[in-house]
Order: sequence, then structure tokens, then C-alpha cells
Amino acid sequence: MASSREAHVRVERLTMAYGDFVVMRDLDFSVRRGDIFFIMGGSGCGKSTLFRHLIGLEEPAAGRVWYGDVDFTAADAQTRQALRLRFGVTFQSSALWSAMTLAENVGLPLEQFTDLSPEEIREVARLKLALVGLRGFEDHYPAEISGGMQKRAALARAIALDPEILFFDEPSAGLDPISSRLLDDLIVSLRDSLGATVIMVSHELSSIFAIADDAIFLDVEERTMTAQGPPRVLRDHPPNPRVYRFLTRGGQPALEGQP
Amino acid sequence: MLSWRPDSRADAGPPASADQLVVEAAEDGVLRVRLRGRWSLRAGLPSTAAVERALGSETPPAALVFDAAELVAWDSALVTVVCRIQELAARAGVPVRSDGLPSGLQRLLGLATAVPARRGGEAASRAPLLARIGTAALEAWHGTHDALAFLGEATVAVGRLLRGRAVFRGRDLALIVQASGAQALPIVSLINFLVGLIIAFVGAVQLARFGAGIYVADLVAIATARELACIMTAIIMAGRTGSGFAAQLGTMRVNQEIEALAMMGLAPMDFLVLPRLLALALMMPLLCIYADAIGILGGATVAIGLLGQSPLQYWTQTRGAIGLDDIALGVGKSLVFGILVALAGCMRGMTCGRDAAAVGAAATSAVVLAIVWIIAVDGIFAVVTHLLGI
Repeated sequence: MASSREAHVRVERLTMAYGDFVVMRDLDFSVRRGDIFFIMGGSGCGKSTLFRHLIGLEEPAAGRVWYGDVDFTAADAQTRQALRLRFGVTFQSSALWSAMTLAENVGLPLEQFTDLSPEEIREVARLKLALVGLRGFEDHYPAEISGGMQKRAALARAIALDPEILFFDEPSAGLDPISSRLLDDLIVSLRDSLGATVIMVSHELSSIFAIADDAIFLDVEERTMTAQGPPRVLRDHPPNPRVYRFLTRGGQPALEGQP
Repeated sequence: MLSWRPDSRADAGPPASADQLVVEAAEDGVLRVRLRGRWSLRAGLPSTAAVERALGSETPPAALVFDAAELVAWDSALVTVVCRIQELAARAGVPVRSDGLPSGLQRLLGLATAVPARRGGEAASRAPLLARIGTAALEAWHGTHDALAFLGEATVAVGRLLRGRAVFRGRDLALIVQASGAQALPIVSLINFLVGLIIAFVGAVQLARFGAGIYVADLVAIATARELACIMTAIIMAGRTGSGFAAQLGTMRVNQEIEALAMMGLAPMDFLVLPRLLALALMMPLLCIYADAIGILGGATVAIGLLGQSPLQYWTQTRGAIGLDDIALGVGKSLVFGILVALAGCMRGMTCGRDAAAVGAAATSAVVLAIVWIIAVDGIFAVVTHLLGI
């Protein structure tokens, strides 16, 4: 991936805190347009908290988040709303609306934000479900399909409005290796066809090495990010032992200048 | 080599005894802890007081070593005791050599001490009384603040509804109307029929002593139209529908469905709360009118069956006892009660915690809150109608 492409998302000196408890401080990174970008780190380090800050479900204690040249942190409700319509978000639990069928789940954003007729909405919903391999499941309720299918249905809903940025919080959590691999492939092909930027929270090494263009590592001990770069580069030239241990499942580093 | 033997738990063996753990001072100032016999969690843990005494003596030992030569079998009991001894020694500043322990045990000890304890990880000790009162007061204040904020947001949402700018699905409204209207009819019928019946029974016994049995109809009609039909129906709806709202919305919150709505740019207040509020505000007055009829029917059953009054007599007496204003008062109150039940249910659901236990708590709390509101508001109605002479 060429590094000359413009930054799509920029995070500036972001500090996240719950009351007096600082989760992470001074996060500084940017995500290039069209990249698949991973937020990595051990359990409980604040990956999902950063995710919630990026999509505006939490307010930062300090710092800013930029989307293109729009300051998301300082934006008014209207600007935020306009930006959010270009986000496609899937949560850790698939968060499908359980009282609606899959077609209705995918169709609801179309119903609200387009002028399509009900027949057209159903057609588009069927297409989005087909894209994630759920052809024929339009009239099923979320409870009637498996966990892996729910994740894919959530992805279909996230891409309903052809978003510019796709956010995934632990997409492969609870999936078997094959489903997880299929989901990775799906994410790559959607990125390639939609031209969207993808931001993923994950600690799945197989996914990280398979599809990441770029990544940051959140260090729970330091309470900040201690590395940014393509995961393979980080593994081969680790900037610190904890990154190396994370990327090699606990392997011992052979670093120059490190004890 | 001795190994980890979980099966040793099956035969508990003799209870823990003092000779399992023997403390000896060796000649070179080293404290030797001899571990002997069978160790088992089911038999209990031997005392480490002897080790503590030896470590706390005026001339503390230079080191502490273990001797497991006479150990027969062991499980977590031994690991726990060795960990305790290690902590005691660390506190006394005495170095511990664990090379005398079985290798399996050494590996377990290594695991137990591999990750340092997280600071602040233990539960905070119980705060003093004043601090707890203060915390509770602050929480109550925040709770009130949240409730007011919710009411404010709900009011704004109703404003959007009136201007025709609120966004929710008509189908959702229809489903909630069905669930909280038609499907509530059996239980509303049963309860109100029985309440009418009970009032008539109690009244009949007393009034018959004065030869005034004919006034049972008045008693039942006034009590039902002004108070009982709307209160009983509201309480049924609080238990049946209000708790349902809280559980539905709470589960949606746990599953991040509400956040997904917000991310799609759909106000959860409009999409989830308004249809429920609207459904109960529409259905409660209708249920109340229905409950009036059923309550009076219950009273009539007693009067006609027990007191031998004729249906026409009972009907005439009822018509004379209550007017439209009495019925309107009950129906008006039921509208308010319906809104209160929906608000309590939705508020507890939308502010629910993020786990299964919180959903249960939200449902319970929605019922309690709704009933408290219903009774309090009914009291206010009683005072106001008395002052206005209605």
C-alpha cells in the first residue's frame, strides 16, 4: 500500500478517561484512505473504548478525532449526524434488531435515509444480504440464524448505505477459524469493491497478519500506543518487547539493545 | 516423584493434623519446614502459626527451606499453605528456597506468582458509615438527575411527534398496541370482575344489616368508576406491560441494539420510547372503560345472585349513582397512569446496566416505580377533585 495516500481519519493527542481513571493517553495516529487498519492490544487495554471514541459514543477527555478535514470532536450534532451516515459500524455482539427480520434490519437505514420505494428497499436489502452470503435468509429473525451468520448480517446492515468507513469491534469473536477466515475475505473484498476505509479492533493474530495494511498497538502497561506500522514489519522489527510478544504469541524477543 | 493427584480428593483421608507441617530450626540459622503425609483440601489446612512464630522471633532465620521427603500425596491444600508461608516469609524479609518442593508444585507456584497483582484489584474495604451515606445521597441525586433528563428528552420527543417529525415504524406501534391492549383483556377482565364482586360482597353484608341492600349498586358503581377500575388496570399494566418494556429495552441495550440505532442516526427516544408511550396512552383509557363495565358486572352478579335484586333494579340504581363526570374522571386518570407506566418502564429499560442481572433489576424496578407513581398521583387527584367538588 502506497503511503502517499491522504489520511482519512486522524487522531490527535487523544486521551480517554472514565472519571479520574485514564484508560489511554496521548494517542496520535492516522488512517490512510482505503487501508484496513487494526487497533491491536491485549484484553482489557482499551481497544473497544477507543472504538467507541472514534464513532462518537464516548467523548474524549482531551484531544481530537478528524474525519478528512472535519473535526468530529468539536462538530455540532448535525455535522456529526451527516458524518455518521457515512460510517458502517458492527458491534462486538452483532446488535441486530431482534424484533425485525434480516431484510428489515438491512432495510431500516435505507427506509430512513433514502427515497426508495418499499420494493426497491427490499431489492437492495436482498442484494446486501447476498453479498455477505445470506441469500434466502431475508425473512429470518436474528435468533433463527447462527452466530457467524449474525455477524455477516450485521455487516450487511453496516454496508446498507455504502459507507466510506467500516468499523468492526472484534468481528471474529466467537467464530470458528473457517468462519473467521471467510469473514476476513469478505471484509477485504468489500473494501476493494466499495473503496472504503476499514478500522478493526482485534487481537486475532491470524486476521491481523492476513489482512491488515497498518495497525497500532495499545500497551496496557504504558497506557498509550507504543507502535504503529504494518504488523509484519512490527513483528520483524519490533520497537519494543511487548509488541513482539503480542505478535508472536508470547515469544521472547532477540532485540539489540534490549535486556 | 510425587505428582498432582486430584483423585486424592475422593478419599479424604485423615483430617489435617499438626504433624503434616513440622517446623525445625537447623543449625546454620535456617528454618526447615517439613511437609509430611497426605494433604487434601477436603481434610482441611494445617495451621501455619508455628512458621509465623519462628519468622517473628527476635532472631529471624537466615532462610526458609522446605523438606518434602515424607510427603505422600498433595493437592491445592499444599499449594495454598506454601503460598501463605512464602507471603509470611516475604513480609518478614526472609528468603525462601523452594527447591525442596515437588517439581509439579514448583511449577504451580511459578504460575501463581507469574503475573504481579494488579494494584487496586482487591475489593475496596468497607467505607465508613458517613461516607456510605454520602455516596448513597450522591447516587440518589444522580438518579433524580437522570430521571429528569429522561423526562425532558421524552417531552422533546413528544414535541417532535406533535410536529410530525418523529421517526418510528407504524408496525411497531401496532404491535405494541395489540400487546398492551387486546392481549391484556383477559387479565383485566378477571381482576376487575373479581374486585367488583368483592366490593359487592363486603358492601352487601354491611348494607343488608340496615335494610339498605339496594345501595350495593351505588357502592360498586362509584368505587369502580372513580377509583378501582383505573387503579387496578394501571397496576396490572405496570406488572404486565411496564416490566415488559423495561426488559425489552434493557435487553436491547445489553445487545448494543440501542447503540446500533443511534449510529444509524435514529433517535432511540423516538424509535423505541414514543411508540410505547403512545400505545399505553391510547389503550389505557379504553381498558379503563372496559374495566368499568366488567367491575359493575361483577357487582351485579352478587346483587342479583345473592341479594335477589332484579337486573333492571340494579341497572336503574347504577345509572342514578354515577354520571358521565365520574366515568370521565376515571378515564382521565387512566390516561395519566398509562403514561406513567410507559415512562417508568422505558426509563428503567433505557438506563439499564449491561448484563443479564441488570435487565431483571430494571424490570422489577419499573414495576415498583410505576406503582409508586400511580398511587402518589392518585392521591393528588383525590385532593384536587375534593377541592374542586367533582
